[in-house]
Amino acid sequence: MNDFIAARSQMALSLGFHIIFSCIGMVMPFFMAVAHYYYLKTGQIVYKNVTKAWSKGVAIFFATGAVSGTVLSFELGLLWPEFMKHAGPIFGMPFSLEGTAFFIEAIALGFFLYGWDRFNPWFHWFTGVVVGVSGLASGILVVAANAWMNSPAGFEHLNGQYLNIDPIAAMFNEAWFSQALHMTIAAFAATGFAVAGVHALMILRGNNVLFHTKSFTIAAVFGCAAALVQPLSGDISAKDVAIRQPAKLAAMEAHFHTEKSASLIVGGIPNETEKKVDFAIKLPGFLSFLAHGDFTAEVTGLDRIPEENHPPVAVTHYAFQIMVGMGMAMMLVSVLYFTALWKKRKWLQEPWLLKLFAIATPLGFIAVEAGWTVTEVGRQPWIIYGIMRTADAVTPMPGIAYSFYLFTAIYASLAAFVVFMLYRQIKMVGELYDV
Amino acid sequence: MLYIVITYLWASILLYLLLGGADFGAGIIELFTSQKNKQVTRKTLYSAIGPIWEANHMWLIIAIVILFVGFPVIYSTMSVNLHIPLTIMLIGIIARGTAFTFRHYDAVVDDMQHLYNTIFAISSFTTPLFLGIIAGSAVSGHIDPQADSFLDAYIFSWLHWFSVTVGLFTVSICGFLASVYLIGETDVEHERLRFAHKAQFFNIAAVVCGALVFAAAWFEHIPLFDWVFGNWIGRIAILSATLSLIWMWTLLYQGKISLLRPLAGFQVTMILLTTTFRHFPNIVILKGGGYLSLTEHAGQEKTIEALAWALLLGSILILPALFYLIYSFQKKPVGYEGQAH
Ligand code: HDD
Ligand code: HEM
Ligand code: HEM
Repeated sequence: MNDFIAARSQMALSLGFHIIFSCIGMVMPFFMAVAHYYYLKTGQIVYKNVTKAWSKGVAIFFATGAVSGTVLSFELGLLWPEFMKHAGPIFGMPFSLEGTAFFIEAIALGFFLYGWDRFNPWFHWFTGVVVGVSGLASGILVVAANAWMNSPAGFEHLNGQYLNIDPIAAMFNEAWFSQALHMTIAAFAATGFAVAGVHALMILRGNNVLFHTKSFTIAAVFGCAAALVQPLSGDISAKDVAIRQPAKLAAMEAHFHTEKSASLIVGGIPNETEKKVDFAIKLPGFLSFLAHGDFTAEVTGLDRIPEENHPPVAVTHYAFQIMVGMGMAMMLVSVLYFTALWKKRKWLQEPWLLKLFAIATPLGFIAVEAGWTVTEVGRQPWIIYGIMRTADAVTPMPGIAYSFYLFTAIYASLAAFVVFMLYRQIKMVGELYDV
Repeated sequence: MLYIVITYLWASILLYLLLGGADFGAGIIELFTSQKNKQVTRKTLYSAIGPIWEANHMWLIIAIVILFVGFPVIYSTMSVNLHIPLTIMLIGIIARGTAFTFRHYDAVVDDMQHLYNTIFAISSFTTPLFLGIIAGSAVSGHIDPQADSFLDAYIFSWLHWFSVTVGLFTVSICGFLASVYLIGETDVEHERLRFAHKAQFFNIAAVVCGALVFAAAWFEHIPLFDWVFGNWIGRIAILSATLSLIWMWTLLYQGKISLLRPLAGFQVTMILLTTTFRHFPNIVILKGGGYLSLTEHAGQEKTIEALAWALLLGSILILPALFYLIYSFQKKPVGYEGQAH
């Protein structure tokens, strides 16, 4: 494996690992706050148990999220020193604000986890909400930094120099809003489905049914609400990408030839040598509509983009298909769930709905990983879109492949530990809480 | 504005050394505690650092963010030439943070605890060791951006006596800080005595390692002696640190513990001050006499300005909350067992 590929893979691995923990860190505090609120309002002990059980899971995720994030802030320099040398001062604003958000999060978490029976109950509840709000804020800020890589702003690029830096303009670049919105909703959808799925499985098994039903409902309502609006926000993102990164959109859709009334491709195998997609279903005009809101609009294809600036088409295309596929599936489950809540209460008692949720457990996180693959691979060969190539940013140190193998081993064992830990946590619910 | 940023950088390094250091030290103590006392030590340790460990480690992130936003050339040079020790340190951070959490939150208590404990204790030792190595390498003059062999560029930039001794010195400082900190965390007399012994042990270790650092500096032609004693700030700082150390030990023998922590903190602050003051603003000294300076290699003015504002605003939000957190968990309510239920 050459060093450049190794560096990219290591970055992808670390980010792909971290994002799972950050989604949970951003969203779980809100679930806990709801359960905690019901406990304080109704005094039902089951809600207290739910809050406590979740908070233990969250503590495990938090620690893992915090260390993997710390690794990332070093890795940016370890793997991409040339990039950071120039980009650091420009896109650093969100990171410096994020420092504050993390700090508040860590402090509030200390209060929340260790504050049972020590503080005024509502102050204690409030610290839990602060954990969520600051987690959300840090997520949005980092995404703004990533958005800057997709749509660089706030500086002038002259003869390789980066002049007239304006960190605030860099932070509010063109992509930040659509990306931050889409990411925030994605975090709720992914975490909601994952948590709901696990509790659904426990209900199906007949373990601690009351406990798991309460947990399931909170997670499912959040997850489904997010999954319903996600395609709308995805549409905003797609329209945004069409204007700002036509190469990425073309790769997402494996759209080789510029045309009017372009058709949306579903499935298929991109054939990069012959510039066509085999075995695809075509919906005429829909790509033009998706990208520009008009069935006849022209959509730039890869033929308009110089060969050396093409992103990898197949990976981007498959990733996009996976994300949208998962999104549609989750939306369907959500429609069923809300119908059950409002119109057909008896469905809630039937196992098929719970089974559906149990099957849907990983869908949201698969979509998150796929979505980031679209964003990041679709930006290639650029690290700063249109300004700096990824290949020019990589560290001169040889032997990065070994570093990649090492980190792969570490992340694999960490993942195994977290799963093991969670399994034991869930297994012990019946013994730890009198439910 | 630049000086505000530099002050924050220095302060976060100091706070990381003090708070993160005490936190690492707690694990180092565990490593040096006999089998039969380990369980008690662990309990005291957990109740002392459990609520604040995340916050303690935030200072490192703040320092790194300040570096890469405000001083990108320094950050990227260090990242390239010190890639290997940084990676080892990161692995230590991963291992330590997760092992600490896992051992507490594992719902089933069984043999796995043994594994978590081992990982925690070992990584508590290696992480500050490599932090010290990195800090030592930065000022050692061994970093050579022009080097063309792998060994010169990526190995000998950090693997030499000076930085290794600085690493060991850092480890003993962490152990010392933690022992002093833990003395005030337990009400049991013989426990307290045990931590006092540990403090003594690490104090001696720090003095020995400190001497080794000077020896290595002399051996490798690093003008450490001149940095520390060649100016009145350094001389005053060292003198007052020594006096406060003597004072501290007298207090300890008299059984008065309230002033111990501020005194230990003061000593470490003085050490950091003397070692950084003389070659300020150069924080990385390169081979052949070149250097990277906080004033000459800072980012553009607008960046520094924005960074300074972000830090100032951040402190207004953070500091009161942090003090309240530390304060709240100092006073233990009746029946509190130091556990998150
Ligand atoms: C639960 C997760 C999830 C789901 C169901 C979807 N997405 Fe997504 N998508 C993400 C999670 C995600 C993400 C992981 O959050 C990304 C990566 C970067 C970003 O900002 O959001 C993303 C990126 C992303 C991008 C690239 C944005 C950019 O590069 O700036 C587009 C165009 C879409 N999405 C479009 C869609 C559409 C049309 C969907 C229809 C169902 C959809 N997404 C469902
Ligand atoms: C957490 C969610 C994220 C995931 C899953 C993710 C995923 C990826 C992937 C798959 C790559 C490799 C692309 C390739 O080389 O083909 C990559 C590269 C990279 N990402 Fe991200 N990314 C995420 C967020 C971010 C953020 C927030 C930043 C910075 C602010 C960032 C910075 C980078 C950098 C510097 C590279 C390496 C250069 C490059 O390949 O272009 N990423 N990421
Ligand atoms: C889209 C991508 C990202 C999102 C949404 C995100 C979000 C978060 C969130 C919510 C946390 C809080 C801890 C937790 O909940 O477990 C966190 C932790 C952290 N993240 Fe990320 N992050 C992303 C990418 C990055 C990148 C690229 C970096 C580094 C440059 C980074 C650095 C950190 C650090 C240092 C922490 C630890 C903070 C602590 O100790 O609380 N993150 N991240």
